[in-house]
Amino acid sequence: MSLQFSAKVHARDFAVEFEMADGETLAVLGPNGAGKSTLLALLAGLLTPDAGSAVLDGRTLFGGGRSVPAHRRGVSLLAQEPLLFPHLNVLDNVAFGPRSAGAGRHESREVARRWLEEVEGTELSGRKPGQVSGGQGQRVAVARALASDPGLLLLDEPMSALDAAVAPALRRTLRRVLESRNAIIVTHNVLDALMLADRVLVLEGGRAVELGATRDVLERPRSGFAAGLAGLNLVLGTADSDGLVTADGERVAAAAGDLLAPGSAAAAVFSPGAVSVFLARPVEGSPRNVFPVTISDVEPHGRVMSVRAGHLAAEVTMSSVAELELVPGKRVFFAVKSTEVRLYPR
Amino acid sequence: MSRRSGTAIPRWTFVLAVLGALFILLPLAAMVARVRWSEFGALITSDSSVDALQLSLQTSVTSTVLCVLFGVPMALVLARSRFPGQKVLRALVLLPLVLPPVVGGIALLYTFGRQGLLNSGLEVLGVEIAFSTTAVVLAQTFVALPFLVLSLEGALRSAGGRYEAVASTLGAGPTTVLRRVTLPLVMPGLLSGMVLSFARALGEFGATLTFAGSLQGVTRTLPLEIYLQRETDPDAAVALSLVLVAVAVFVVTLAHRVRDREDRP
Amino acid sequence: MMVTADVRRRLGALMAGVLAVGSLVSCGGGDDGGAAGSDGMSGTLTVFAAASLKDSFQEMAAGFEDRHPGVSVRMSFAGSSDLATQIISGAPADVFAAADEQTMSRVEDEGLAIGTPEVFATNVLTIAVPAGNPANVDSFADLSSRDVATVVCAPQVPCGSAAQELETLTGTQISPVSEESSVTDVLGKVRTGQADAGLVYVTDIAAADGAVDEVPVREAAQLPNRYPIAPLKGGDEELAAVFIDYVIGEEGQRVLSDRGFGEPAG
Repeated sequence: MSLQFSAKVHARDFAVEFEMADGETLAVLGPNGAGKSTLLALLAGLLTPDAGSAVLDGRTLFGGGRSVPAHRRGVSLLAQEPLLFPHLNVLDNVAFGPRSAGAGRHESREVARRWLEEVEGTELSGRKPGQVSGGQGQRVAVARALASDPGLLLLDEPMSALDAAVAPALRRTLRRVLESRNAIIVTHNVLDALMLADRVLVLEGGRAVELGATRDVLERPRSGFAAGLAGLNLVLGTADSDGLVTADGERVAAAAGDLLAPGSAAAAVFSPGAVSVFLARPVEGSPRNVFPVTISDVEPHGRVMSVRAGHLAAEVTMSSVAELELVPGKRVFFAVKSTEVRLYPR
Repeated sequence: MSRRSGTAIPRWTFVLAVLGALFILLPLAAMVARVRWSEFGALITSDSSVDALQLSLQTSVTSTVLCVLFGVPMALVLARSRFPGQKVLRALVLLPLVLPPVVGGIALLYTFGRQGLLNSGLEVLGVEIAFSTTAVVLAQTFVALPFLVLSLEGALRSAGGRYEAVASTLGAGPTTVLRRVTLPLVMPGLLSGMVLSFARALGEFGATLTFAGSLQGVTRTLPLEIYLQRETDPDAAVALSLVLVAVAVFVVTLAHRVRDREDRP
Repeated sequence: MMVTADVRRRLGALMAGVLAVGSLVSCGGGDDGGAAGSDGMSGTLTVFAAASLKDSFQEMAAGFEDRHPGVSVRMSFAGSSDLATQIISGAPADVFAAADEQTMSRVEDEGLAIGTPEVFATNVLTIAVPAGNPANVDSFADLSSRDVATVVCAPQVPCGSAAQELETLTGTQISPVSEESSVTDVLGKVRTGQADAGLVYVTDIAAADGAVDEVPVREAAQLPNRYPIAPLKGGDEELAAVFIDYVIGEEGQRVLSDRGFGEPAG
């Protein structure tokens, strides 16, 4: 294991524990205020925890009553904005890390040139930060962060301040440079997680609620947040003879092949697109799951309309919305075939 | 600074602004008008004048260096750290800004004077401050230091700490961060602080007169020389005043030149 | 010249401060007018007097106003040289009392004094030492020692030129640690113990109320400093003459001698 992390920050109600393998990139997902920034600040050395420890490649970052200062951690941070030093040109910005590590001017510029090339920013090297675009600046910032040869690279929503048009190019660059490198990327974007991360950590309310391989988490989410990101309806409960039963006693039937040992903790997911909406309880036909719900929200979602009711969602056509007069507050029935429900342990 | 074309300044402000500008410029013009140019050269090159100018420049430069040496750390501590009583300390440190210089002189007298607080300690070290050039430098530093601290602290606050945080995660130790990131970032603020401090030191009069005395070549700086010359030779006083104005204008202009070059990308 | 917004803001704040201070300083002034007194004399008399005369002239002003209830006396005290400059620049004053005759002659040369100025008091130099006389000064000759930190007035001001004359007369060469612009500053340096000795006037010792000790200089009596007084052109000549008579008269002379001044003849 290259990183063992466990920390508590009482003032922010933060208590998270996880481990990372060598060369792994971890995506940290979670709603605002879930503790993502706290996690990064703790690792970067900008915040000291009340308890816990972190060991990176055998070196203690904090723990046992001591905290290694930020500049001796070998952990570099890439923020939402490039934060290039305005008084240095691009090349010297990238050379900053090697220079601080004690390399000579010439040597550190060589390192900087190599990394600028790596992020396709060679032609920017003589410019001042004021003369590069947001996307270029962020690419330079990536080169600068990597040029300091960090044992761990932290990325705090690196694409969030960029135009949608330039984000894909940076994402490709990151995918290349993060390959087999220890990195933690905080993101709101499921695409970042899919393209850049090996595993996903989901934080909610200062706790780790889910940790697993990216595909696994997105296909079989065990938290509401991950299910939302994956665009799936999630129902948690206990396995029974033909599916699961929730704490409220609601039953969800699943495909016969998925059934679990009754009594074990289970999660059921189904796509909103598989949900049909009825004004009256459907009596005939194949659907075996019917949920009486009250519509909380109706909004366009691509070419279809998303009808939300609490933690469940259905996708229907615009004409259905008009025909059925689906408006918030209306009581309707969501129906989904049991063959559309995937059941798995949690 | 850019002015939006949509919002106009009320016209009456121009009238008051012009009056205010005249209030400052007219006395300067009146003084220039009183200069006897035929004797100007002789007046400002007399022994006592040259001594006073030389002493003023030398002590003001020294004071400015001291202001930077102590003021930069003070501004850093005030802007970037938090401790109990900080607000009170800040107010006290900036006190010389609003204190009449004469009061500063009296305070220094009771600190560094021959019967002052630190007298016995200084005596042991064999340092005699009374009536020495050192006393002039102390007086100037005392009144000028807050100008540097104030300008720099403002610059530090508006620069924020995010660049420093990034620099430290890139492996730069606190001193490297200060030298390679913080100071370059606040250079404009530091420069204007230095100019203000230098100008204040150059113009220092009250504290010097009270604390250091007045002796040609030792403690009689240009303002003291002007004050003395005024008794018997008003023409010399006017000529020297013009020299003082010229030096001040020169320094301010120079600093802006440097700043503009810094600002240019 | 480029000025950034933040410098402008700061200068703006400074300006506001300067204006605020300025408005505080500019308050003050006196009130004019006054009812006619029983002796028929009335009005306001403005007297410009040397700083060393402050205590005695304030006492005299009170006495004069008691004697002439319709008259109010306004006093302005400053260095004689400053006052002369102000008078020459047109400051409205009725009477000028200077600390030395050279300064009075500057006003006479401009044709602003009426008649010949009259000497109304004399003053002589003396040595002031801090209480207890730490450097053990006991003669004028002692001031030539480098071990005695001596403060004098600069030769440009009257008390300094008087000191130079005294040096010539006694053949003593003083190397001062500071040449001050006014005798008040000399006294201040001695009073605070910064200096071991200072050349001041005997009246300054009297006014210091025991805060400094005196080491008399015998030869100083040969070089009395004379205080002339004169009415000024453009002022209330009648009132000015009455006031000058009062200063020269019995009551005025008593006040002056109480403060250590010598008689005009001396």
